[in-house]
Amino acid sequence: MSGPELSAQGPVIPKFQEGSECIRENGQFCWGWFQSNFDTVFAPRIVEHMELTGIAVGLGLVIAFAAALFAYRYGWFDTPFTIFSGFLYTIPSLALFQLLVPITGLSWTSAEIALVSYTLLILFRNILTGLREVPGDVKEAARGMGLTARQMLLRVELPLAMPAIMAGIRIATVTTISLTTVAAFIGAGGLGQPIFNALQGGFKTQFVASGVLAVLLALVAYGLLVLLQRVLTPWASARVRVA
Amino acid sequence: METFIDALQFIGDNPSLFLDKTGAHLLLSGASVAVALAIAVPLGVWLGHIHRGSFIAINASNIGRALPSLAIISIGLGILGIGFVNVLVAMVVLAIPPVLTNAYVAVDGVDQDAVEAARGMGMTPAQVLLRVELPLALPLMFAGIRTAVVYVVATAALASIAGGESLGDIILNQPTYRLPGVIAGAMAVAALAFAAEAVFALVQRAITPRGLKEEKAGRLIGPAMEGV
Repeated sequence: MSGPELSAQGPVIPKFQEGSECIRENGQFCWGWFQSNFDTVFAPRIVEHMELTGIAVGLGLVIAFAAALFAYRYGWFDTPFTIFSGFLYTIPSLALFQLLVPITGLSWTSAEIALVSYTLLILFRNILTGLREVPGDVKEAARGMGLTARQMLLRVELPLAMPAIMAGIRIATVTTISLTTVAAFIGAGGLGQPIFNALQGGFKTQFVASGVLAVLLALVAYGLLVLLQRVLTPWASARVRVA
Repeated sequence: METFIDALQFIGDNPSLFLDKTGAHLLLSGASVAVALAIAVPLGVWLGHIHRGSFIAINASNIGRALPSLAIISIGLGILGIGFVNVLVAMVVLAIPPVLTNAYVAVDGVDQDAVEAARGMGMTPAQVLLRVELPLALPLMFAGIRTAVVYVVATAALASIAGGESLGDIILNQPTYRLPGVIAGAMAVAALAFAAEAVFALVQRAITPRGLKEEKAGRLIGPAMEGV
């Protein structure tokens, strides 16, 4: 077994002669290999995955937030932005990553542009819906108490919209974690990288391990964001918004 | 920009390649959605009809959305190996959640007055389900199907790494087709997803009972379940 064209991507194809029986037979999951290679093959990818996701959701939140506030003040902006972000959302990820390559290259930038564009629709709709669902009576009362528009936004409207906003962040985060695995195809790193690498040798353990780790990452992120939402909005019962 | 012109040229030069791969893409997507519907619609409708299992039915789509599609395909690749059926299994797993959740929510949420009235008119439970609950639930149920279809059409491109023939074969094979081919494949997948979205939006409008049309069905864009 020689693999001359393999780059220094870590042990993509295990050394079959030296490996355990499981590795030689290419068993479905070789726990020993997973344990001894976790630090080199998977741990750095998990970190990259979290970075890519965090930055995308962060940037997406800034853009969507500004757009939603603008649309909240000026209603006409809602439809064009929804159509625009809905258009981006419908482009299949593998296609969008590829379509960006001639423009921004095989790069981290291409990956982030695509990832951010997928968060926009979800975040924009949820922030705007949350703001619009603030009861009119509450706003009247706040105005009657002499709150300025700015105070009203910060102290009344945003807190009341928080459950919807958090639901949006949660969905955007798990969606981005999913899309980040695909971003590895244009060399952005993350847990998709060991999946695409394993395609050359067909090493089953690596497929299963990368897949399971990505699923776990998504589920853990989802759970943590549910907890964060409970902490931030103790007054809202869990069943206010099923999104 | 030149790259995109080259890509269009590539499609023009290789019409049969694109027809074949688009056909395979649609076959894979259609088969996955069909299997998912056969499982998720009866289950969701039944749970909605008896108003039970809301926790499972509603959380199915939350969990389903959290499952990274490439990761599911990768796990399938490790456990089941390469091939059409194995890809199908992975795609069905991804298509079930939105269909199940919307079928449940739609039937569960049918106006109880209408159900009472139907019962008062002497309809049997089966008649109530077929003549009242299902027609009223159809638009929302269909929104879930539409979400699943667009998702599956988009994901079918990824499935080609696991041996599911699709337009992904072109996108993922840069050594053979070069950049123009890859871009052309990407454009074809995007066009297919838009077409699926548009067709299903029209069908959804067509099957919405007149009485419901005014209210909500038309506003369900993209990820239909977020705002609702």
